[in-house]
Amino acid sequence: MRSVIILFPGTNRSRDMTMAIRQVSPHAPRLVRHHETDLPPTDLIVLPGGFAYGDYLRAGAMAARAPVMRAVVEQARRGVMVLGVCNGFQVLTEVGLLPGALMRNAGLAFTCRTVALDVATTSSPFTAGYGAVRTITLPVANNDGNFHADEATLDRLEGEDLVALRYADPTLANGSVRRIAGILNPERTVLGLMPHPENAIDRETGGEDGLVLFRSLAGLFR
Amino acid sequence: MREQETVITEELAAEHGLSAQEYRRIPEILGRKPTLTELGIFSAMWSEHCSYKSSRRWLRTLPSEAPHVIQGPGENAGVVDIGDGLAAVFKIESHNHPSFIEPKQGAATGVGGIMRDVFTMGARPIANLNALRFGDPDHPRTRHLVSGVVSGIGGYGNCVGVPTVAGEVNFHPAYNGNILVNAMTVGLARTDRIFRSAAHGPGNPVIYVGARTGRDGIHGATMASAEFSEEAEARRPTVQVGDPFVEKLLLEACLELMAEDAIIAIQDMGAAGLTSSSVEMAGKGGLGMALDLDAVPVREEAMTAYELMLSESQERMLMVIRPEAERTAREIFRRWELDFAVIGALTTTGRLTVSRNGRVEADIPIDPMVDQAPEYDRPWTATPMPGPLDVDAPPPSSTRQALETLIASPDLASRRWIWEQYDWMVMNDTLGEPGGDAAVVRVRDTARALALTVDCTPRYCAAHPETGGAQAVAEAWRNITATGARPLAITNNLNFGNPERPEIMGQLVGCIAGMRRAAGELGFPVVSGNVSLYNETDGEAILPTPVIGGVGLLDDISRRAALRIASAGEALVLVGETTGWLGQSLYLREVIGREDGAPPPVDLASERANGDLVRALIADGLVTACHDLSDGGLVVAVAEMLIASDGIGAELGNGTGLPLHSFLFGEDQGRYLLATPGPGEVLVRARSARVSAAVIGRTTDDGLLTPDSDSPIPVDVLRSLHEAWLPRYMQGG
Repeated sequence: MRSVIILFPGTNRSRDMTMAIRQVSPHAPRLVRHHETDLPPTDLIVLPGGFAYGDYLRAGAMAARAPVMRAVVEQARRGVMVLGVCNGFQVLTEVGLLPGALMRNAGLAFTCRTVALDVATTSSPFTAGYGAVRTITLPVANNDGNFHADEATLDRLEGEDLVALRYADPTLANGSVRRIAGILNPERTVLGLMPHPENAIDRETGGEDGLVLFRSLAGLFR
Repeated sequence: MREQETVITEELAAEHGLSAQEYRRIPEILGRKPTLTELGIFSAMWSEHCSYKSSRRWLRTLPSEAPHVIQGPGENAGVVDIGDGLAAVFKIESHNHPSFIEPKQGAATGVGGIMRDVFTMGARPIANLNALRFGDPDHPRTRHLVSGVVSGIGGYGNCVGVPTVAGEVNFHPAYNGNILVNAMTVGLARTDRIFRSAAHGPGNPVIYVGARTGRDGIHGATMASAEFSEEAEARRPTVQVGDPFVEKLLLEACLELMAEDAIIAIQDMGAAGLTSSSVEMAGKGGLGMALDLDAVPVREEAMTAYELMLSESQERMLMVIRPEAERTAREIFRRWELDFAVIGALTTTGRLTVSRNGRVEADIPIDPMVDQAPEYDRPWTATPMPGPLDVDAPPPSSTRQALETLIASPDLASRRWIWEQYDWMVMNDTLGEPGGDAAVVRVRDTARALALTVDCTPRYCAAHPETGGAQAVAEAWRNITATGARPLAITNNLNFGNPERPEIMGQLVGCIAGMRRAAGELGFPVVSGNVSLYNETDGEAILPTPVIGGVGLLDDISRRAALRIASAGEALVLVGETTGWLGQSLYLREVIGREDGAPPPVDLASERANGDLVRALIADGLVTACHDLSDGGLVVAVAEMLIASDGIGAELGNGTGLPLHSFLFGEDQGRYLLATPGPGEVLVRARSARVSAAVIGRTTDDGLLTPDSDSPIPVDVLRSLHEAWLPRYMQGG
């Protein structure tokens, strides 16, 4: 699987993401900086976590307007897989590749903990590998993980089976509506999620439930 | 401010924190009256914060050498060899005064400053730790301070992407007017690429990089060198404001430049900003430096030389680079969208020359300013060793009641509410959640890990400083050992009251004596540190708080131990001697309501023997869980292990002739509790190591059963009491 990791000033989980991808693919991810306007040929584009542009103005808002994002959107429209984690999810909503918005956590504090998640759909290239496993554990680490969208959008997301992950415990959802932790675009080629699968790739640290997601993707491009 | 018109007087010098005697040395050194800028520079360099004038003679007595020490005290951070061509680079630093005045920014910039100290040395920061002390939970200000400090620490470290992996928090009325915020950073560097601050090569350019300079933080170093009074609030403008986003850019840009062969010397602009960094670099290199302040990137207009030299604006670095590398360096910083300016050059004059708007505003011979910095042998009186407890500590109404009180007390309750606000997992190398004896952080691409801890027991230090100083070092050593790691070296943060009072100075001298003894006997040298004095308000001093930050090395992460017990039916082995010492114990304070007696003695020979045994048992795979015994004694340690486990209970016996409450709650030092399926072999190994060890119970699947009861205390009850206190307190309950 060829992959590209986008680096904004303030991105801080690119190393973690590189570790995860290297575990499932012999191809090291290419790092592409925010001011680039072209992307190398790739199967997967990753928008990793962090605090792009310091999260100033609004999380993801300035990153969404970085030069590289035009190329990302273009590739996404052509069907290239896009994975946005945490700050990357925020950027995807800001740039319009996914609906909704990530607001300040309901508890008004940064929250870092491992949470149980329900795999809401396995019919996506990202989540197919979970198979019959319906509950997984992944870490979250964010300040703005409170997913919101209007009722019609939420109904559409659910109606089209576009909710990928839900928090198992509504009190650990940072306020997210309908316990939503991750969503897909209608083509099921773009996934945005608040939890960090790249921080759950070995038993010694956050468990291995995140690795399944990367294996699912890599399996498509063998 | 029109500098040339300011008349320099002893009164003005006094406002700068210089005594009349100190001030008189300045004209002697200069051969004339100082300008205002010069007065500012001298006052900053001679402040307690920068000159260590009260503590220097005592700090020199601490052991700082060992074969694995690459860099001891005197640089931005200490450096120890961890094998494979890698080094651990670390230091702890206080940001006490600013954090009390403006908790969020004060704590945030403390974290920012210590991370810069570490990456200045060429290391990528891989872990942050912090040691916090707050006042009485019932004090009207405490909740606000806890909330601000925690969000400041988290807000900064989380954004930069360095995990905050461990810490400690105490509450005591002695900190009502002076909280302590001590931040530690640990980084990794290649042993052949350590960067230092001594500049060389006259003519080489002096480069300013990072954020722009404003008027914030002017006189921060002086503020940190004075007692607080009611006017502390008025000092809010001297608190710096941090920008972690710029720090992240600065970190990446510096590490990128460090991979080139460009940097000759580098120093972060911390306390006293441009003043201390320029003096440090030129002074250590035996050179002079000419600075053109007109070239300094600024974000405020019409700043004077005085302001530019004393500003403590954050996220700035000073470097001397090879002239031929200037283009490469400029390009790297341009790409990271950071300011880069040549603001001067090294000279052969041995003088710091500062010009602004074409006028020379300061011209100071560096060596005399540094060499003739005041150093005091302040009078001190030793704190006498308290006698044994006046009246024996009475037993509790029941073990259960006492344990439930302790486990939910402010000093022992779970810190989850705090560490869930810190990103402790970024970088993918933190092994396990915070809350163990020491954090274990993997060294990428090796089988190794670092074990990291911060520790101090101020109530022991107050009762008998020498014992307390030794205990802090011993407990840090023990915390690291309990994970299976080999303790390597420490950094210390000495927080005390006003050293001009002999009893406070005696606390400092006593604590250092204890630290010296323990660091020497345990082979645990001090490689970096920081001193924070004048932590008092209206004459009320804090408890003496010499915080120890410890770093250890685990050679093989598969051979380590943690609190979590795997299964029922294992033996619980207590290593170390138990005398039932209740003087200065948390039991005495929290259950009986007394703070008296002598602290538990620290026997360093048995500390070492016990720890060496435990480490070997862990390495040999004989131990399935391990916890060192500290606050609250044996039964609290058992409870903490059960809370960290899943569905495991324990049954304890008292095989000693001691009263049950002394056995369960005594705080004898040098002890560990091990879970093992093979107690026979553990006891044999202990006997041949001449270490006291005994089976004191076994693990079960049903609550915690103590000898005075027939019904076990459910672990869920203990867990919810333990978890509930801090969130409830923070919600105002």
